[in-house]
Amino acid sequence: MVVGLEVHVQLATATKIFCRCSTDFGAPPNSNTCPVCLALPGALLTLNEHAVDLAIRTALALGCRVQTTSIFARKNYFYPDLPKGYQISQFDKPLAVDGCVQIGARPDGSPINVRITRVHMEEDAGKSIHDRFAGVTAVDLNRAGVPLVEIVSEPDLRGAEEADAYLRTLKQILEYVAVSDVSMEKGSLRVDANISARAVGETRLGTKTEVKNMNSFSGVVRALEVEFARQCAVLDAGGRIEQQTMLWDANADEVRPARSKEGSHDYRYFPDPDLPPLILPLERIDRIERELPELPAARRARFQAEYPALTAYDIDVLTAGPGLGAYFEQVARPSGDPKTAANWVMGDVLAALKATGQAIEHFSVRPADLAQLLQMVRDGVVSHTAAKQVFAAMVKTGDPPSQIAEREGLLKVTDDSALIAWIDDVFAEHAAEAQRFAGGERRLQGVLVGHVMKKSKGAADPKRVNQLLSDRIGT
Amino acid sequence: MSRDAEGAGLTEWSAGELADLVTRGEASPRAAADASLDRAAAAGAGRDGLNILLYEDRRDAHRQADAVAAGRDRGHAGPLAGVPVVVKDNIATTVLPTSCGSRILEGYVSPFDATAVRRLREAGAVIVAKSNMDEFAMGSSTENSAFGPARNPLAPSRVPGGSSGGSAAAVAAGIVRIALGSETGGSVRQPAAFCGVVGVKPTYGRVSRYGLVAFASSLDQIGVFGRTVDDAALGLRSIAGLDPLDPTSAPEPVAAYGDAARGSLAGVVIGRPREYFPPDLDPRIRDKCDAAIDELRSLGAEVRDVSLPHTGLAIQVYYILAPAEASSNLARFDGVRYGLRIEGDGLRGMYEATRSSGFGPEVTRRILLGTYVLSAGYYDAYYRKAQQVRALIARDFAAVFASGVHLLFTPTTPTPAFELGARSDPYEMYLSDIFTCTANLAGVPAMSIPIGRVDGMPVGGQLVASHFDERQMFAAAFALERRLGAGARQ
Repeated sequence: MVVGLEVHVQLATATKIFCRCSTDFGAPPNSNTCPVCLALPGALLTLNEHAVDLAIRTALALGCRVQTTSIFARKNYFYPDLPKGYQISQFDKPLAVDGCVQIGARPDGSPINVRITRVHMEEDAGKSIHDRFAGVTAVDLNRAGVPLVEIVSEPDLRGAEEADAYLRTLKQILEYVAVSDVSMEKGSLRVDANISARAVGETRLGTKTEVKNMNSFSGVVRALEVEFARQCAVLDAGGRIEQQTMLWDANADEVRPARSKEGSHDYRYFPDPDLPPLILPLERIDRIERELPELPAARRARFQAEYPALTAYDIDVLTAGPGLGAYFEQVARPSGDPKTAANWVMGDVLAALKATGQAIEHFSVRPADLAQLLQMVRDGVVSHTAAKQVFAAMVKTGDPPSQIAEREGLLKVTDDSALIAWIDDVFAEHAAEAQRFAGGERRLQGVLVGHVMKKSKGAADPKRVNQLLSDRIGT
Repeated sequence: MSRDAEGAGLTEWSAGELADLVTRGEASPRAAADASLDRAAAAGAGRDGLNILLYEDRRDAHRQADAVAAGRDRGHAGPLAGVPVVVKDNIATTVLPTSCGSRILEGYVSPFDATAVRRLREAGAVIVAKSNMDEFAMGSSTENSAFGPARNPLAPSRVPGGSSGGSAAAVAAGIVRIALGSETGGSVRQPAAFCGVVGVKPTYGRVSRYGLVAFASSLDQIGVFGRTVDDAALGLRSIAGLDPLDPTSAPEPVAAYGDAARGSLAGVVIGRPREYFPPDLDPRIRDKCDAAIDELRSLGAEVRDVSLPHTGLAIQVYYILAPAEASSNLARFDGVRYGLRIEGDGLRGMYEATRSSGFGPEVTRRILLGTYVLSAGYYDAYYRKAQQVRALIARDFAAVFASGVHLLFTPTTPTPAFELGARSDPYEMYLSDIFTCTANLAGVPAMSIPIGRVDGMPVGGQLVASHFDERQMFAAAFALERRLGAGARQ
């Protein structure tokens, strides 16, 4: 299986690419429109420079060479959700070319690289809604004019799993550089696939088909598998692959040729005369490059080097999104114990985020506070069990751990008299177990320690309690 | 007609003089608007007569005029205070429809004003009517209008020229002193010549195209008609200048064209390009041009023979590039969001029914031609090649202007206004643009002023300047106009 992917990404600008209409998702139909994006007679275009910056950032993050001159072109075709009757895109001279993304490694350790042919800018079309009103198609132009970048890969992917890895890698990189939501569910990331088949050892490319209408990464994987199987069946029977567009039908688990529209489209590309060539001074490109945040691959490598206690799995989890890694580091450094910090972040923090629905960027527990809590555990100021309770309260209130521990009486108690008092209480309340323990059932020690911890709301020093219990039965 | 500060006499004042009267409180904007519309009625400007004006709204004109008067009373009066103006039907105006002379936009009212219109209003002008035109600016006679041909006020059996025929005629008929038109291949200068008025095509980028319904985006410019050079200068000054809504508009500062030197042309070098005086040029037009050139000489200018060698390719280049861009620009007229819609068999049927009914034959012809030259397999041979030759044509002008020549003088058109129906062969019609379309292709400014009469019909002489040198162009135009006197006009 030989695959190349064309990925369209909506850029996270506040306004559209050629006008000042909002790009807000979910507004009432046709409310984010103006003469420009409605293509009223006499309207012209004004380029959104922030969209250009995000596009440059995307290209640089994918290792591309940004062209100092690129040209906007008209892609001409008729469709009701394309108001001008042409889409502004880039054809001969795209924004950027020749990038590369590593999507994994082979068993022998060699990297699996996917070359990026080009990254170019274009505008999104509106939406055609076929099923809401009987007998007619409704058109919502809120999306018309939203800025897109199109990322085109070389046919370097071998297999559906590599396609999946490529998409995940791409998504992660784009999240790190904060250019887009990159959500297939929300429509800010769309994938079209070009797929062909050839015999093992063959170097020439087979005839490709284009596959569209996948709505998730797993949909892409499945669609590729199905189409590959179809192509193989044709080839095995001695037939030839017809170059055509196939539509993925997830419900039926099959690909079907797209309803034929009088042959292949001639888009009659020509340079748009309303927009001057996009000339990018090197200083602008350099500035954006300097301001690029740390990319996932670089962060993974750095974590490996700086935090040798972390396992590969730890690093994968901590670098999955940009926010988590940043948070982790802000805990790890002051706490002085990266491994413990990692465990807390991967465990308690992630669980709390899930339970409260917060994003890491707005998490109620400040990293410095969590670091302090870890210090407190290390220094024996609170027990591990108490620390969990302190953390829970930190999530709820955002208060610093020292304050909470004092307030809730969770500071570790090492004073023997207090401990002995709790032990006596436990022995009284759990007399049967106490007797059996005293009678020699050593394995009940843990249970009794547990009771003491519960009684003390976690404040008791479990080590000392163990010692006192051992003393009591004279070992 | 007497010139007084009231009633019908108001149409006799120049735009600048009228604005002064209004500013000083000696003339009423409402009276000026009424005088203009009354004159239009008397001249038969509407659909039953000359058909040069498509849309008028006296109540709206009053509303505008009253607002100007109120502003004036508060101490704010712009350089065109109270001056009635006519706007070509392909320039967006609120209130009056913008139909581009086409059925496909019949009844369409724009929710926004073109930038040029907004600037006119800010200067105090009152938009009194929208004028007839060749459909989507495609034509040289205003016979291609879906709403019937316009007629030349000086000779109603003849065309007023095109595509801005209605605006030229409105000025010629004394309805307004200033009118807006649009240029793609000569559509202001040619009707100006046919109607005996002044017509100016500014440098490409000098006037914002925002609100001008696009025909050929790399050639289009809004142009100005004036009864006199002074009227045209005032009109252009009011609308020119950088517009953030039009990325092809230029930041070059706008001079006070009305102040351009009106006296001697000593030190000015005027080129007489031999390609514009071919052996088969009508000798009567040649004589008028040479007489005008003599006047320029007597004003102190040096006249030189020059050559623009690629002139003979201009029509071919123009009729490849302009339709190509038009085929794309007119794609938005699809019956979906505004304008005419005729239902058909499904989506494709609706597109076909709407566009086939909505567009006239010349527009259809050019869309097909434009689609063809852009199509796969033909793009390089036609479109790309035409762009390359266009660059050569532009270079001809650059070379001449770099050699010490300040201005060119040529005939505006090869003939005076012809009879309605006389040019039925489209190719013959296209040749009307032969002396004008080079300036559009090169982007340089050019203007036509009346230089005499042939067969009783006006004839225009064309001045061409280098990019953004309108000031030089106006200086020569003022001087020549003064010299030639009233005899050259009506």
